[in-house]
Amino acid sequence: MTVLPRLVLLLLLIGLAALVVFPFFAERFYLQLVTKIMVTAILAISLDLLVGYAGMVSFGHAAFFGLAGYALAVLQRDFGLVLLWTTLPAVLAVCGVAALIVGWFSIRTSGIYFIMITLAFAQMLYYYFNDSRAFGGSDGMFIDTKPTIEIFGFELVSLRNRIAFYYVTLGALVASYLIVRMILLSPFGRVIAAIRINEPRARALGYATRNYKLACFVIAGMLAGLAGYLGAAQYGVINPAFLSWHQSGQALVVVILGGMGTLFGPVLGAFVLTLLEEFVSGLTERWLVVIGAFVIAVVLLLPGGIASLLVRLRFGRRMQPAP
Amino acid sequence: MDLSFLLIQSLNSIQYGFLLFLVASGLTLIFGIMGIINLAHGSFYMIGAYLAYWLNLKTGNLLLAIAIGLPLTIGLGLVVERLAIGFLYSRDHLYQVLLTYGLILILNEMQRILWGNDVHGVPVPDVLAASVPLTQTQSYPVYRFFISAACIAVAAAMYLVIHKTRLGMTIRAGAVNREMVQILGIDVGRLFAIVFSLGAALAAFSGMLSAPVNSVYPGMGEQILIISFVVVVIGGIGSILGAFVGAMLIGFVDTFGKVLVPEIAGIAVYALMAVVLLWRPQGLFGGRPA
Amino acid sequence: MPIKSISAATRRRFLKGAAAAAGAAVFIPAPFAIGQAAKVKLGVLLPYSGTYAALGHNITDAMILAINEAGGTLGGRPVEYVKVDSEADPSKAAANTNKLVVGEKVDFLTGPVHSGVAMAMAKIVREEGTITVVSNAGADAVTREMCAANIFRTSFSNWQTCFPMGPEMLKRGHKRVVSITWNYAAGQEMIGAFRESFAANGGTIVKEMLVPFPNVEFQALLTEIASLKPDAVFSFFAGGGAVKFVKDYAAAGLKTSIPLFGSGFLTDGTLPAQGAAAEGIVTTLHYADSLDNPVNKKFREAFKKATNRDADVYAVQGYDTGKLLMHGMTAVKGDTGAKKEIMAAMRGATLDSPRGKFTFSKAQNPVQDIYLREVKNGDNVVIGVAHKALADPARGCTLA
Repeated sequence: MTVLPRLVLLLLLIGLAALVVFPFFAERFYLQLVTKIMVTAILAISLDLLVGYAGMVSFGHAAFFGLAGYALAVLQRDFGLVLLWTTLPAVLAVCGVAALIVGWFSIRTSGIYFIMITLAFAQMLYYYFNDSRAFGGSDGMFIDTKPTIEIFGFELVSLRNRIAFYYVTLGALVASYLIVRMILLSPFGRVIAAIRINEPRARALGYATRNYKLACFVIAGMLAGLAGYLGAAQYGVINPAFLSWHQSGQALVVVILGGMGTLFGPVLGAFVLTLLEEFVSGLTERWLVVIGAFVIAVVLLLPGGIASLLVRLRFGRRMQPAP
Repeated sequence: MDLSFLLIQSLNSIQYGFLLFLVASGLTLIFGIMGIINLAHGSFYMIGAYLAYWLNLKTGNLLLAIAIGLPLTIGLGLVVERLAIGFLYSRDHLYQVLLTYGLILILNEMQRILWGNDVHGVPVPDVLAASVPLTQTQSYPVYRFFISAACIAVAAAMYLVIHKTRLGMTIRAGAVNREMVQILGIDVGRLFAIVFSLGAALAAFSGMLSAPVNSVYPGMGEQILIISFVVVVIGGIGSILGAFVGAMLIGFVDTFGKVLVPEIAGIAVYALMAVVLLWRPQGLFGGRPA
Repeated sequence: MPIKSISAATRRRFLKGAAAAAGAAVFIPAPFAIGQAAKVKLGVLLPYSGTYAALGHNITDAMILAINEAGGTLGGRPVEYVKVDSEADPSKAAANTNKLVVGEKVDFLTGPVHSGVAMAMAKIVREEGTITVVSNAGADAVTREMCAANIFRTSFSNWQTCFPMGPEMLKRGHKRVVSITWNYAAGQEMIGAFRESFAANGGTIVKEMLVPFPNVEFQALLTEIASLKPDAVFSFFAGGGAVKFVKDYAAAGLKTSIPLFGSGFLTDGTLPAQGAAAEGIVTTLHYADSLDNPVNKKFREAFKKATNRDADVYAVQGYDTGKLLMHGMTAVKGDTGAKKEIMAAMRGATLDSPRGKFTFSKAQNPVQDIYLREVKNGDNVVIGVAHKALADPARGCTLA
């Protein structure tokens, strides 16, 4: 994973270029659709860091996504904050602290038990928001003003502008991708990889493996928070369903379908799955059965996910899914 | 709070625990022995409930409906195992999660095509329709005792099969070391197919059995799915005894949580799971790491 | 470009629906059948999969029935139905609404079933100005804080369905009651409305029980009810939960000593599944299947003929949604540009509904009779009108 295959790199750059010029051609609806997909892609990247690289399968990742939305809504309603400079760091801090707490408990377990304990924390958070009337209960909350970027009181960019929102999201996606890649290429990332492959051995080499895993969990939680911040701001709506286990499951599906442990795979997964859903749900009322069949077909016929299609073109069958 | 109130609530807890155990036992069987995370377990539960409703309507006899329905669900389990699950034994857990997630969508749709979207009820069989008075105001339906009895019977049968028969012995051996058992000349593929369809049938059986005290409706499987995973994980994966203890714990926490601290009733069972896993990261009776 | 084909495919599919509508139009003589006019786009956001699929289908089919009965047109223009499966998922609600309002640029929007979906939908259409008819979701806020000139409701507010029950239970001598519902917005609003009228007239709610949604294990709370021994119980559950609650309540032997009351959804569409356990339950709702009026009889027959299913309260709401849209569009002869006039006509409409005649309040929520119903022989029998022409108080609504 140190070097991307040249073909893949080329395709990624072409894809990026397409995304950059897309707003010049797109209708408003497709602009918003692609914005939504990019938000999903950021969430998928953050989950891939956990699942594909650190070997920690979280079944509660949507909790941080939803928590970010609630944090943004509360900051606006109770503190009157609308500036991106103030709200985004605050939201990320909230998600970081939450991830620190959840992670500190969760990393004591592994395997399926890790899956279930992350689910447990996410469900607790879900019921917390669902049951407390201060946060609007099951109906959720609204974010009435979109965040803005101001310098000396002069409004530079407002996310009310859909094109601005699109580019901010695209920037966030590229930044997330590069940040995670840099982390993975750093010594820290090498240790994370070592832990996934053989944790006792990494520990024997003197690495405080738990601290590494916890740091990884917090980074992933904050990136999910970034996605949640944008996701909630886009339509100005947040409700408990954003934190439900269906959402966490959906995020996992995107990652595995796209190809975990590749970073670009989950981004592809977000595009493919969302566009497929858009397409099929317009064709037939029984669209979920088509999605189900598609998922099963990918599992059986395309181990390694969609990303492996690209890599296979270049390397034959060498690409293996991360264990 | 007086003693009789406490006793009746304990009875409620145990009864709910039995029901949970019945659903979760099939899950822990598939989970522990085959190493398969079966998200479609809830769907088999739902199919069982719908079969009970439908066959009961056709035959007018719930016990007959169960007798016809069980082989059908075993067959369905076999088909699913042969066509899909069977390819995944050597693959990562996550692919099983993904595949069985796809199965949920397909089985849900199958239910809609076969039985529609309406809510249904299944009448309690006449022989079991009576109830036992507990206090002046409350009585207890005999059918709920019948469910508990059936659960005990299933638990005992499972214990005997797994620990006392030759089939059980090979199943246990296959769980520990698949290749070794294969080398010894036992067809592990066939063995796992049997285990999977038994697990699916157990889920369906609990759906059938609880249909008269539940209602039968689309989406019912997903509700039971998460709670049965909680039971299995608390108990320790693959441990039948663990599933039993886990189910009882959840039964008590859920029942008394609702009555004593209703503000956090939604959170209680998940908090229990978190606490158990922090105390024992492999679950209460879990031995080897999964 | 794959994106283009999505919308093309979507359109193709809805052309089929429109063709069916046009087929019905063949039997209608004169100007309507010409159909050269441009199509009116009617967006429908309802659940077609999952737990609420039955509701989604009934609402949709009855709405199409209402429009087809009048020649399959809105103000003389043929209709293109653009359906989106809401999956009753609030986290997808905003994107789905956006798809219809911005993507398909629908002229009218109707739906949803789920209150959480309705809140997100209301937020978006308030900004976009699309004329919207809420055909089920009862969230009070939709015609209170969120009310807007372009948001109408043909169903009910949660408050409306339960407010009349307070005085009714007191009249029957039930002064100490327990309330029980799911811990979610609709449940809290329904119990809140009941509390309002019950406590104001001297009743005491001994305990308000909340069950985590969508948990259906009621046994612990039934035991608590038995030990509290209230005069009666007031409850709200729906669908599968309603079936299980009513059956468990009877099986615990509580029904004979502590009478059960509830919001009408407790016994609507669920009676065959509940069986004898539901006998004698008294509820309030804005409709009952057996309502004795000619419009209802005609509607139920037509619905049965069209779908081979029995109509229910959800179908009635869908039917009236169709009627309301027709009323607005007829007033402007199909000119969707005349939004102000359409909304004015809709606001002033008096609908001769299967539930009885009703009008709209300033907040554009129905002013309707709430019926008192009792389950007798597996049927919700109307035993009186609990509140005549009840309007939601519309607290916080700024529409004058």
